[in-house]
Amino acid sequence: TTFLLGEEIEVSTFQEERERERHRAKRSDSDRERRKRGNGRRKRASRAEEGKGESQARHDRREKGRRKRTRQDNEEVEVRPESLSSEELEKLKEAVDERKKLIQVLRGKPWPMKKKCVTLWILKKESQEFVEKYEGALGKGKGRKLYAYKVMMTKKWMKFQRDFENFKTACIPWEMKIKEIESHFGSSVASYFIFLRWMYGINMILFCLTFGLVMVPEALMGRPYGTIPRKTVPRAEATSAMDFAVLWDFGGYAQYSVLFYGYYNNQRAIGWLKFRMPLSYFLVGVGTVAYSYMVVIRTMARNANESGVGDDNSFNFNWKMFTSWDYLIGNPETADNKFASITTSFKEAILEEQESRKDDNIHLTRFLRVLANFLVLCCLAGSGYLIYFVVRRSQKFALDGLENHSWWERNEVNMVMSLLGMFCPMLFDVISALENYHPRVALQWQLGRIFALFLGNLYTFIIALMDEINLKREEEKIIKFNITTWEASLYNGTVSENSTAPPVTIQPADVPRGPCWETMVGQEFVRLIISDTMTTYITLLIGDFLRAVLVRFLNYCWCWDLEAGFPSYSEFDVSGNVLGLIFNQGMICTFSQMGAFYAPCLPALNILRLHVSMYLQCWAVMCCNVPQERVFKASGSNNFYMAMLLVILFLSTLPAIYTIVTIPPSFDCGPFSGKQHMFDVIQETLELDFPAWFGKVFSYASNPGLVLPFILLMVLAIYYLQSTSKSYKEANVELKKKLQTVTQISFSPLALM
Amino acid sequence: MGTTASQLGKDLLSEYQELTFLTKQEILLAHKRFTELLTKDEKDLPNTRVPVERILTLPELKSNPFRKRICHVFSTSEYKDGSLTFEDFLDLLSAFSDSATMEIKSHYAFRIFDFDDDGTLDCGDLEKLVNCLTGETDDTRLTTEEMRQLISNILEESDIDKDGTVNLSEFQHVISRSPDFVSSFKIVL
Repeated sequence: TTFLLGEEIEVSTFQEERERERHRAKRSDSDRERRKRGNGRRKRASRAEEGKGESQARHDRREKGRRKRTRQDNEEVEVRPESLSSEELEKLKEAVDERKKLIQVLRGKPWPMKKKCVTLWILKKESQEFVEKYEGALGKGKGRKLYAYKVMMTKKWMKFQRDFENFKTACIPWEMKIKEIESHFGSSVASYFIFLRWMYGINMILFCLTFGLVMVPEALMGRPYGTIPRKTVPRAEATSAMDFAVLWDFGGYAQYSVLFYGYYNNQRAIGWLKFRMPLSYFLVGVGTVAYSYMVVIRTMARNANESGVGDDNSFNFNWKMFTSWDYLIGNPETADNKFASITTSFKEAILEEQESRKDDNIHLTRFLRVLANFLVLCCLAGSGYLIYFVVRRSQKFALDGLENHSWWERNEVNMVMSLLGMFCPMLFDVISALENYHPRVALQWQLGRIFALFLGNLYTFIIALMDEINLKREEEKIIKFNITTWEASLYNGTVSENSTAPPVTIQPADVPRGPCWETMVGQEFVRLIISDTMTTYITLLIGDFLRAVLVRFLNYCWCWDLEAGFPSYSEFDVSGNVLGLIFNQGMICTFSQMGAFYAPCLPALNILRLHVSMYLQCWAVMCCNVPQERVFKASGSNNFYMAMLLVILFLSTLPAIYTIVTIPPSFDCGPFSGKQHMFDVIQETLELDFPAWFGKVFSYASNPGLVLPFILLMVLAIYYLQSTSKSYKEANVELKKKLQTVTQISFSPLALM
Repeated sequence: MGTTASQLGKDLLSEYQELTFLTKQEILLAHKRFTELLTKDEKDLPNTRVPVERILTLPELKSNPFRKRICHVFSTSEYKDGSLTFEDFLDLLSAFSDSATMEIKSHYAFRIFDFDDDGTLDCGDLEKLVNCLTGETDDTRLTTEEMRQLISNILEESDIDKDGTVNLSEFQHVISRSPDFVSSFKIVL
């Protein structure tokens, strides 16, 4: 019955279906059950398709032929239903499975719905008939039951899968919002919001990790606030600990809570669960970074697969023709913009193809480009120096005591960094007008420069932070010395008997405290992210909203048309926004182990920020922006953004690893206090918690003699894989050329005829 | 197997789920939007056919330059007038949905672009295609010289057998390598 697999199946009428059904029922064992089932189907079919008569003579003939064939088949097989050998049984089962597979691929066939429905019905009917016919032969009861059970389970499993898919699509947040933006602005602007949503998902997972495994255990099972020095606000600060200004700056009660590193106790196991707090803290830190890397790389790999082999230029015109229209556009204004941009792109492409770019004055262009790059370098150097200068100044202010300075001076660093991030890209835009590049190339240069700017800022910030850390460590040494003298003075007061001195009870708030450099680092990052967020929102409100309001309402009483000329409504800058998002993620928050490691509250803050951003920016886009004049392909840049994310991940992990490995933890705060290095906790766990042989195995495995050959092996594997992939690509090109020449040769004589 | 008045039966719903790429919510939403297009007395008849003018009032299709061709391709009407039943409408949404395969999308895209329905894309089809894409007004259209150049470039790139037309397999070969096609060839209610 392989004729069903071909494309030639014609849609027959339901009357004919009924005819066939009746014939079949008569032919075979006239099972009453089967007829009943057939009746049920017939009823539904007839109810639905009443009054449709589309019979053709060819149909009748075909149906007769088919009926004859199936009759023969059935008669043949009818002869010996019980005496089937196991191979034939197997073949039958395969035939049934094949039909099942057919049912699954039915949705991918470009047939009208009616034809698909009929085919489905026929296939289902046939497979059922098979099963029934041979239920005697399929086994002495046991085999049949098993088979029926399997069939039922697969059906239930498919239904479950389908329901799960439905559920998953219903769970995706913000789908309607993004769809609205897509229809108004096209898919490139919507791609930013999809990216934002993806980031939100990642941060949600990181938040669950830090919240569930670090913050909650310490809050529930650790020692409560006020019991030990590190968990209490020092007496000196106690009066101002509840002030809003102090809390906003993350000092006071906010500082001495689970939000920051310093609160955590270094007790090895806490609570009745014997939860290993320091170990968990360390592993969660490592885990967040590993997870981020894994997710980014997996997305990159998936994007690379989908976008096919990078044949960017060979089908340029065809792609412009067939794939440039965005079917999601539902707004006439966007459609007009799209028409204009398609026309421009056609004309540009035709021009480029027709004449090669003759540079009238190559030397002038080259000179201008060199000049532009020089100016950009100056900008970058200038901004780097400015940040360094400001951070040094803020250190001086901190030494003088923060209360003596105005709000600006206290938040200088963050403000300067945010403002630089806002104005320098515009400057780069102006400079790039000198260069006269093709727009796509110019965009890549622009993105690269902004990337360099943000990176420079980040590293300057971190270097300045390092200086502060060293300062604090110096301070720590002094305080450690002072504490011993202070303790000695305490005992001097009481009756000093050598061994039975009663323990002096001191309020934890009074114990002199070391400067906890880790909490300080965490606080800096948190302040930076807050100020950055504030700046983004304020520029959004002023730059977009206020501008739109002015343009709309002043237009009535202004000399020139504000809407068409300057300043007009702003466009949504996709690349700039995406970059901003990436940098926020990479620079400050959970991707940077520095951030989340020293301030476990950062993922939570980030989630909040992304949530608010989503709503605010969706509203701003719909309310204040107009669709872009030049619509850029979103897809081409996709892997570019992922690659940048990966680089930032990597570059921000470096300082974190450096601090963890080289700088010893503070002596009186955090889960690693008292140890020489932070990663000593792993060593400790291995020695104490795991059986002895495990420790031995681990020490052998971390032997440099074993690690170095392993690294060498991996490098060789990478080299091998890269050379095979290169050879595949070359083979691909060769085959394509062959295909072209072969078809040309085979078709050209025909064309001549 | 048509639609009855205002509710989709459960087994019909599950059958549509099996035969299309749409999820249950999408099918129900499509049913809702389709019944909104019907007049009062049409709502009681099973399997009504909605004329093409009413289909084109849907906001998702209104701004599309290929809207008439889309209706024409998915219509199963004998008079080839572009009218759609609910099942045709589901076929349309399924082919344009997010989870549809590249093969089915490229198959339908080919049929949509084939303005004269002769099974190949010849110069006339390509010219009409370009005019659709560049908009209705005169100042956005290409000149005849530019048009000629464009079409010859296109045929040079994709016409492997050099017969002056693009057939289905050549079309699919070109489209399958495009990174944008699947994401742009999408309509969501």
